[in-house]
Amino acid sequence: MELVISILSIAIVAGVSLVYATIGEIFTERSGILNLGVEGMMIMGAVTAFAAAFHTGSAWVGVLIAMLVGGGMALIHAFITITMRADQVVSGLALTLFGTGLSSFLGQRLGPDGSPLVGLIGPRFRPIPIPVLSEIPIIGQMFFNQDILVYIIYLFVPVSWYFLYKTRPGLHLRAVGESPQTADALGVNVLKLRYFYTMIGGMLVGLGGAHLSLAYTPGWAEHLTGGRGWIVIALVIFATWDPGRAVIGALLFGGVNAIQFRLQAMGATIPASLLNMLPYILTVVVLVAITWFESFRKRVGPPAALGLPYMREERS
Amino acid sequence: MMPYTLKLEKRLEISRTATFLVPVISILLALVFGAVLLSLVGANPLKTYQAMLEGAFGTPALWQQGRYHNIIETLVKATPLILTGLAVAVAFRMRFWNIGAEGQLVMGGIAAAAVALWVPTLLPFLPESRWFYLPLIILSSMLAGAIWALIPAFLKAYLKVDEIITTLMFNYIAILLYQYLFNIAWKDPDGFGFPGTAMIPDFTWLPRITGRLHWGILIGIAAALVVWIIMDRTRWGYEIRLIGESKNAGRYAGISLAATILLVMFLSGGLAGLAGMSEVTGISYRLQRGLAVGSGFTGIIIAWLARLNPWGVLLVAFLMAALLVGGEQIQMTMGLPASVSPVLQGAILLFVLGGSLFNQYRLRIVRLALAAEPESENPAASEE
Repeated sequence: MELVISILSIAIVAGVSLVYATIGEIFTERSGILNLGVEGMMIMGAVTAFAAAFHTGSAWVGVLIAMLVGGGMALIHAFITITMRADQVVSGLALTLFGTGLSSFLGQRLGPDGSPLVGLIGPRFRPIPIPVLSEIPIIGQMFFNQDILVYIIYLFVPVSWYFLYKTRPGLHLRAVGESPQTADALGVNVLKLRYFYTMIGGMLVGLGGAHLSLAYTPGWAEHLTGGRGWIVIALVIFATWDPGRAVIGALLFGGVNAIQFRLQAMGATIPASLLNMLPYILTVVVLVAITWFESFRKRVGPPAALGLPYMREERS
Repeated sequence: MMPYTLKLEKRLEISRTATFLVPVISILLALVFGAVLLSLVGANPLKTYQAMLEGAFGTPALWQQGRYHNIIETLVKATPLILTGLAVAVAFRMRFWNIGAEGQLVMGGIAAAAVALWVPTLLPFLPESRWFYLPLIILSSMLAGAIWALIPAFLKAYLKVDEIITTLMFNYIAILLYQYLFNIAWKDPDGFGFPGTAMIPDFTWLPRITGRLHWGILIGIAAALVVWIIMDRTRWGYEIRLIGESKNAGRYAGISLAATILLVMFLSGGLAGLAGMSEVTGISYRLQRGLAVGSGFTGIIIAWLARLNPWGVLLVAFLMAALLVGGEQIQMTMGLPASVSPVLQGAILLFVLGGSLFNQYRLRIVRLALAAEPESENPAASEE
């Protein structure tokens, strides 16, 4: 029991960055834009969040900067793919390459007087036990003795779900990704919304990165994200573009991480690398399933216009 | 109201000027961006670029002494990039988004190491000769890369599963398998805890030309020739391009889409597999860290910048390798982060992507039809 509790509470902390980033990418993809730059935006969020927090002494400033940086990078992607109509796949990959390189560059120079950031200790978000609730047996430790960014998730997930499925702007967002022609005919500004949600997505990915360097593994190290950006791309599919299911996926994928450390500590023989394959294999399986079964695809499949540029003058 | 506006107009043909100018301007802009970044961290951009250039190609003084090790190192680094660039270019020609060259490269490397390590021990009666082993290793690594590429190809061809995600995911599955193999399963028991397999026997090594430069570069150039012949000189290459331009046109012409996807990905994965083979049997002589360093992803950039042309891939791969080697040099000699290279690579690609619109469109200043205002030479004046 102790073991399960500890695995679950680690899974939650490990999953936080994934939840923010996955919901961000869900918003972006729902608007019809595929942004494969998540890894780049996330790692830039992580490095700038830590640098800003270190120099200002405030973790919140770090979060703010990370969101601005993530949003700014997403803006580049939006400009290239929406206004300049370039290929979304290649642009996203370029953004990841650019972000990964730049994060490593900045990490070696953003410390005091141009020194490296690696190994410095800065402000961080620490677990804040919530009075009364944190004393509930089992659940208390797991859910109510976490850092503030975890608590924000408890609100953020239902709100994003409600926004996406139950509000008018949410309907517009889905329409823009499913059928931009129809949305346009209804007077929705397709390009403007795509810009907007691509940037919102980037900001949330940046926030996810900030949680990594300010709470999960506080501090900066090169390749801090360790491929989490790609897990996010996988999670969006695993969650079938639904913010609610994203949480389950993030817990599962975060849990894989946690279990692996536990198993190693217990001297188990399942190699970490093989366990780590699980998220990627599961994603392929889910993707095959939602593509294969027609009825399934209509209900939970990808936005129909995902990855396609919208050219008003060439409307058919 | 302003009587003029900017309008994008589709060109009737792809502009040759833009095709040439966009990459050139993009490289310049990326260099300017890099210069700003370098000045911000207190480095002299011009001196840094000069050091990178000398690091990648050497200096006339060195050449006169007959020392070409810088340019040789650039060619060494270009070898896997040529092969992954070709792999991606082949698939992109038919608009199959093979993001999985990295994983296919890794599988090729695993296969090469497996054959080189186990076949001589398991079948000791086979001739211990390069003439026997190199063809065997080359074929098995191509096959391994091809099979890894065929799984997503099969899913795409018969079940219409999106290949962007499957090829991407297969990268990580391959990389994790490779890490498992050299860290645990195939780890050299006599390796003093060093993570890596035992060294492969010398009759499985690719012969070296000079310094670290090995036959891989020749394989790369030969592969470019083969890809060029297939893509531009055969009916099959024509069919691939036709499908790339329009799936329906391909179908009306009676081309089997599924079969073409499978064959193209077989070729693409095979080329990426060769890249992994040449790194293992040409450089590291064992399976160890340093195989999955992103050559597959850089291959995407190379293919794109080369406009999917095999000869272009040779050139761009060489330039990208020069950037990499130049970056390593400034890290060693000037203490500047080597990550300047990926930043510049990423920036070049972002600028090229942003500018590629002008290949197909032109920007025109047009007068609005409803302009009833008096003629004005200065559009800004009428706004006031």
